[in-house]
Amino acid sequence: MVYENPDGIRIGLEIHVQLNKLKTKMFCGCSSDYHNAAPNTHTCPICLGLPGTLPVLNKKAVEAAIKVGLALEGEIAEETQFHRKNYFYPDLPKGFQVTQYDFPIVGKGKVVIEGEDGEHVVGITRAHMEEDPGKLVHIGSIEKSKGVLIDYNRSGMPLIETVTEPDMRSPKEARRFLDKFRNILEYLDVFDGNLEGAMRVDANVSVHWGTRVEVKNISSHKGVERALLYEIMRQKNVIRRGGKITLETRHFDEGRGVTISMRTKEEAEDYRYFREPDLMPMRVTDWIPAIRETLPELPDAKRARFIEQYGITDMHAKALTSKIMLADFHESICAQGVDPKIAATWTADVLLGELNYRDLVIGADVQGYAIICYNQKNPDIVRHIRVNDMVELVTFFAEGKISDRAAVEVIRSILDSKEEKTPLQIIEERGLLKAESDLVTMAVEETIAENEAAVQDYLGGAEKSLNFLVGQVMKKTKGTADAKTARELILKELKG
Amino acid sequence: MAKWMSVAQVKEKIIEDSAEEVTARYLEVIGKSKVNGYTKVSEKALEHARRIDSEGHDGPLAGVPIAIKDNISVVGLPNSCGSKILEGYVPPFNAHVIEKLLSAGAVILGKTNMDEFAMGSSTETSYFGPTANPWDLERVPGGSSGGSAAVVAAGEAPFALGSDTGGSVRCPAAFCGVVGLKPTYGAVSRYGVVAYANSLEQVGPLANNVADIAILMDVIAGYDGRDSTSIDSKIEYQKALVDDVKGLKIGVPKEFFGEGIHPDVEKAVWNAIHKYESLGATWEEVSMPNIKYALASYYIIAMSEASSNLARFDGTRYGFRESGENWHAMVSKTRAEGFGTEVKRRILLGTYALSAGYHDKYYLKALKVRTLVKQDFDKALAKVDLLMAPTMPNPAFKIGEKIEDPLTLYLSDVNTCPINLAGVPSVSVPCGLTDGLPIGLQIMGKPFDEPTVLRAAYTFEQNTDYHTKRPPEVA
Repeated sequence: MVYENPDGIRIGLEIHVQLNKLKTKMFCGCSSDYHNAAPNTHTCPICLGLPGTLPVLNKKAVEAAIKVGLALEGEIAEETQFHRKNYFYPDLPKGFQVTQYDFPIVGKGKVVIEGEDGEHVVGITRAHMEEDPGKLVHIGSIEKSKGVLIDYNRSGMPLIETVTEPDMRSPKEARRFLDKFRNILEYLDVFDGNLEGAMRVDANVSVHWGTRVEVKNISSHKGVERALLYEIMRQKNVIRRGGKITLETRHFDEGRGVTISMRTKEEAEDYRYFREPDLMPMRVTDWIPAIRETLPELPDAKRARFIEQYGITDMHAKALTSKIMLADFHESICAQGVDPKIAATWTADVLLGELNYRDLVIGADVQGYAIICYNQKNPDIVRHIRVNDMVELVTFFAEGKISDRAAVEVIRSILDSKEEKTPLQIIEERGLLKAESDLVTMAVEETIAENEAAVQDYLGGAEKSLNFLVGQVMKKTKGTADAKTARELILKELKG
Repeated sequence: MAKWMSVAQVKEKIIEDSAEEVTARYLEVIGKSKVNGYTKVSEKALEHARRIDSEGHDGPLAGVPIAIKDNISVVGLPNSCGSKILEGYVPPFNAHVIEKLLSAGAVILGKTNMDEFAMGSSTETSYFGPTANPWDLERVPGGSSGGSAAVVAAGEAPFALGSDTGGSVRCPAAFCGVVGLKPTYGAVSRYGVVAYANSLEQVGPLANNVADIAILMDVIAGYDGRDSTSIDSKIEYQKALVDDVKGLKIGVPKEFFGEGIHPDVEKAVWNAIHKYESLGATWEEVSMPNIKYALASYYIIAMSEASSNLARFDGTRYGFRESGENWHAMVSKTRAEGFGTEVKRRILLGTYALSAGYHDKYYLKALKVRTLVKQDFDKALAKVDLLMAPTMPNPAFKIGEKIEDPLTLYLSDVNTCPINLAGVPSVSVPCGLTDGLPIGLQIMGKPFDEPTVLRAAYTFEQNTDYHTKRPPEVA
């Protein structure tokens, strides 16, 4: 099956990703761990752009960019340099942003996604490094704000901007690309997507192979899909009414789910790019082999290996490799000898589902020991899910000692309580172990099924046959059943 | 105490009397100044000198006073760059060169006047009013480091720091009859120096003699991790102070003796070259055909970089602010009110040169010319050890004489700005007087060959007495 793309949709993305795991900012020594800090506490003369200060490039940011480039199968530039992008804005302390222009660190690359018609290749045009501006904080709503405060904690954070070819043919493909892209970045350990403002997307979209419109500054994957659905509908309507699509930039209003025109091409700003004279051009070719060594197994490779090694379904493998910490978690569980397929079901289907339901995201892990989740809306809610607990739970289930309903209850109980109890404790407290009565019931059912003659005798009036059946149940339960209960259950079953 | 002292003499005086007394004496001279060379005299200089007396200091400049151009950041002193727009701004950090000076024990006397944001060759565009040339108070001291040159020439500081983007150390050195060095690009960290044109400028010393230049360079030069263009050359500048030019090959680029050169300047420079010949050096004419394009290239590059560098002065975070109904209006009014005419002219021209449609025609072309100019220097300096030419084609002009005619003023940089395009070192030394006004000889060398440049300058000084001449009006 080949996807026809009936509306001639072309979508290209520009993705800004904050390299928020590098410890320091792009051009100064300020800590990049500002997300819970008071405003303007992570600043220095350099990221405040005080007169006379100069940038010094954070080598780790370059290494991270190369890492990203290699993971995107991109060409790494032999020589790369920085440019200034000049514009005035209150969050931009120098009146220009240090970015890359005609010598980006990463050239052409690609990402394979699950497209409308199976595997689909999305071309990467380029990826370059740049610095983040500060952040404006409006007092009250944007419209009614009496003033604007500026927080420069974010100023000078290292960013990678990745530009794709217009290869996506539906909002769904755009979203799939973003999920995949984020997945890759998290694997590279250069980026924590859970932090606010960590990923911002601009989307270029056109219909009927026509003029593109840029939708700027969308902050979530879901938002991208919604913005594109709206924008495609809008463009199709304009054309249906005989109108023309004009080259313009639009803003996505998340609240109303619509795009609003910001400026047309004629009003487009001239950024007057020129080479940043305070930073020397760099040759990074020599760094590449060592950086390649540090590349982890990437999601696609890991997914294929999981299917092969653990015999699990593609769906489970995909879910388990959607986060590197989850993949490691699964491998730690399997390493303890539990059935990988059962483990995969409980982790990928049940645990992930219950985490999502509670807005819990995996924020960190202690490899081989636990994953640490927190609530996205209330980061004070933190839950540790230990490998040993999953092993215990899966083992109980696999041995038939607990029902699947009970196992789900154990997981929910772990996620709902901050007391860190083991599955065993929870099973005991709540009496979730398949109780005696369950076993007796099972034995009764089996006995009745296996002894049709005795049953018929009893129904024919031979009272003694009932004693025989009770004896069979006692035998099956190795004498643990209460004879009186067994008798009652048999009668209940026969009179059903 | 003598009014004009070398650093060695100042140090002797400190031992004889005290650092406090020496500083007090300079402050007294500054108090009677006729040149308006300082924009701010430090209130802490005496206290600092006193502390050096009481606590002792073993740095090479212990207790020696110095004047600092007002675009170099010093904690506790305004850094106004001769502009209203930086009104009230006091940097919270020291420039690299200031850290070096302070750890060497130097006492900062104050900040010196300059053309606004170093844009000018006359120190007339300063928000603090023009500085006068000590040799003739009706004349300009040159610029943009006119304050630094004037206070050294007037005996208001033994030496000073300036910055040189297109001649801003050498031009005032020539006009005021002092020595001024523009070091090789990368030799001195620019950290903490407010940028006019980053790819061109260097901090440079001004002093009454070549030895003091070397002393200062030994303190301020060297690698600094905070400036990515900084290079560790490991040069020991004072070791270059050798009275010997035997066998040295001098190139005389005829393009530096172009139309409009003052005959006395030409004569004085040739006299100097013949002096070298008599001391055992040889000279030959060299041709640098692209020099004629240097000025245009220089101004386009400098203005382009400046248009970006000065964008940060928007009234939002520090300095002068004019109120406006919204942020954009506030920024517009602040910049309209805060910048002077010349600064605005250069921002506009630079913005134009970088704009879409003009970028390639102007900025890119200027960069190509820059490469050609650099090649001219490389070729010439492959044949000879040094190049010699007039620093300025004319002696100091009158205050107000050229300020209304920016193009004529720009033309006065014709012999100094090619050096900044090439990034090579160049020193200006006094080589004569015309009608009581000093003339400067410019000695240019290979990148990081300051030792040869300074040796030649030192030898000239040891065998002539031009550097001992003092301006009569302030004596």
